[in-house]
Amino acid sequence: MNLLREMKENDAFPRGSFTLYRAVISCSLCLFFFFLFEISVPSGAVMSTSSQLNKTLRSHYLSLPQGGLCQVTYVWIDGSGEGLRSKTQTMESEPCNIKDIPEWIFDGSSTSQADSKNSDMFLVPVRMFRDPFTLDPNKLVLCEVLKYDRKPADTNHRQACKSVTEKVKEFHPWFGMEQEYTLLGVDGHPYAWPTNGFPKPQGPYYCAVGADRAFGRDVAECHYKACMYAGIKISGSNAEVMPSQWEFQVGPGEGTEIGDHLWMARFLLHRVCEDFGVIATLDPKPMPGNWNGAGCHINFSTEATRAEGGLEHIEKAIEKLRLDHAEHIRVSDPHGGQDNLRRLTGLHETSRIQEFSAGVANRTASVRIPRQVSRDKRGYLEDRRPAANCDPYAVTRAIVQTCLLEGKEEEEADILSDTEINNLE
Amino acid sequence: MTSSASGKLNKAVKQQYMELPQGDKVQANYIWINGTGEELCCKTKTLNSEPQTIEDIPEWYFSGLGTNQAERSNSDMYLIPKAMFRDPFRKDPNKLILCEVLRHNHKPAETNLRHTCKKIMDMVENLHPWFGMEQEYTLLGVDGRPFGWPSNGFPKPEGPYYCGVGTDKAFGRDISEAHYRACLYAGVNICGSNAEAMPAQWEFQVGPCEGISIGDHLWMARFILNRVCEDFGVVASFDPKPVQGNWSGAGCHTNFSTEEMREEGGLRHIEEAIEKLSKRQSYHINAYDPKGGLDNVRRLIGYMASDINRFSAGVADCSASVRIPRSVAQDQRGYFEDRRPAANCDPYAVTEAIIRTCLLNEEGAEQVKREQYV
Repeated sequence: MNLLREMKENDAFPRGSFTLYRAVISCSLCLFFFFLFEISVPSGAVMSTSSQLNKTLRSHYLSLPQGGLCQVTYVWIDGSGEGLRSKTQTMESEPCNIKDIPEWIFDGSSTSQADSKNSDMFLVPVRMFRDPFTLDPNKLVLCEVLKYDRKPADTNHRQACKSVTEKVKEFHPWFGMEQEYTLLGVDGHPYAWPTNGFPKPQGPYYCAVGADRAFGRDVAECHYKACMYAGIKISGSNAEVMPSQWEFQVGPGEGTEIGDHLWMARFLLHRVCEDFGVIATLDPKPMPGNWNGAGCHINFSTEATRAEGGLEHIEKAIEKLRLDHAEHIRVSDPHGGQDNLRRLTGLHETSRIQEFSAGVANRTASVRIPRQVSRDKRGYLEDRRPAANCDPYAVTRAIVQTCLLEGKEEEEADILSDTEINNLE
Repeated sequence: MTSSASGKLNKAVKQQYMELPQGDKVQANYIWINGTGEELCCKTKTLNSEPQTIEDIPEWYFSGLGTNQAERSNSDMYLIPKAMFRDPFRKDPNKLILCEVLRHNHKPAETNLRHTCKKIMDMVENLHPWFGMEQEYTLLGVDGRPFGWPSNGFPKPEGPYYCGVGTDKAFGRDISEAHYRACLYAGVNICGSNAEAMPAQWEFQVGPCEGISIGDHLWMARFILNRVCEDFGVVASFDPKPVQGNWSGAGCHTNFSTEEMREEGGLRHIEEAIEKLSKRQSYHINAYDPKGGLDNVRRLIGYMASDINRFSAGVADCSASVRIPRSVAQDQRGYFEDRRPAANCDPYAVTEAIIRTCLLNEEGAEQVKREQYV
């Protein structure tokens, strides 16, 4: 290692190939220790006990044939509005579509969603995916949650989203969401950061490659493949500005589709991390100080904005968003904007939470118009305000409501909270 | 992590041997309940060809001395094959055989509760009683501490773990997944699974099974769980209250219905059955763990469970002795859930008690002796 440092200082290799060489050596050493000890624990990483259970053994069991039976795992959002829960049921045969999957019930008193005296809540299947953990023919099924009286649960924002987006179908609104997340060890410190310490300042990490730049790439790679297998519309991924922070993008999707795909992608992320023994946090500001927060930028367009001369419609939409800033901050995280207060400071590529701003290629604005869109005079806008832990149903509903439901008076009348919309059912 | 020495043996090496062909020979693993009434034992015999039905499997015997079931002077006990399953550890064509145990005089061993249960079930065959049992269990290291818990400490309080996902929420999912698949392969009627309220606690559900088969399938599922855990080097505990304090216990909620209850207007029969159960609290508590209720005393204390001294029932009420699911109340038909059985209960004892009270109309705190079949 001393020789390597000396060579680097003397610039004995051209930069790119030296980095590759260093990466190869690091990987080889890691592999050596892996085979020697059957563990791989990079410096500063604290991984869970569960992840050290023997995976060859697990593989024996999970490759046992299961006849014609099918395991269906029901996935839902719990009372926190951020957490996901799941449980599994055997079905006699592989379901062909969502209608083949029966409703189920669960104990809402154990997920902060009901009182124990009246605890049954309903799981209503809404979208089916392939299961990348137990594989075909098994399924993952995203569900919405209804209370005992069949009204949507408090954290079920999907129903409100559906009823609003139904009204604007003819505009063909598309969404793409950029989910950022941070990897932590089980001790809560960012994954692979020095114990009780910090890595070098931000700069070298965004989209980087190399053992000293990219922390936990395996998680991002495996998650991407799992999403593709499952049928989630994952459209891209990259390493983020803060070390141990990553991003994937989901979309484009219409209506409740984007929310469904994003929530299931989050479920897959937590399951992949469970297997590796690390934690994925969607906290919008996991490290205070000079470290980037984590957002969920949302890209939005309609048929009109995508057509020739669409820039005009983009600019109109931005003006509507400007007038509704407070409402959009309210739905930008599950705590009415309280979480985002720590993130939207005007620093670290964010806008200030108190003011609305917009600009071309401006990453310190609330809304950014990509440079290419400005050149082509058509395309989409990027709302950079939503926090990483936002509910995509709430965010997409708010955008559609503000930008597409016509007339200010009507808009004011139409701006109902989710609870008000739910009570209309 | 305190996993066993065996758990660390090289599994790739093991796989090499397990893949060796075995000609026509078949390994039949005989499994039975030992003298504790809670634990399982097993031993294997080679057969010359693959058995097609349970009748093809010969009776066997074992030394009851080693399992707390017999005296030195007369230690042979008989193993009578009762249910056959595929073997998910050794794979086809090998078998797992659930057996009942008879003493030297061919009378049922003390912890053989299947014998009487079968006779009771035969008496009510025409009513088509169905059972579903929700088996909870806790994973422990070999040091006895819950799996994945910090040494010398506790995880965050309950709240995020029930059906949870994520490294900080789900401890030991591999075991639950491996067990589920092994049961499907074996032919055990496993119908679901989920993470439970206490971290390192899990649940799987077996059923619906008619009559005696619920006990057979649940005991086999427990055997498979113990073997899977052995492979991974951890321990599955069925103790009803593994950690004192504000941590959930482990139960075996039992769902029950008859053909009448499942048909239109069946709610009336459900309510009648619950009424009968309400008059026999001490009889049922006695049957619902292997120590006549002494284990359940630590669990049924009103925390996430009912009170052991008082019978209660309610719709969607998780704190009652018996719960009627919301969907059953709405449909006016279905089943009810008896939430009192402990995780270490004998399913033969539990299901027999329910039949005796609800369908044979027995009353009183003591078990009724039925001379015609003893």
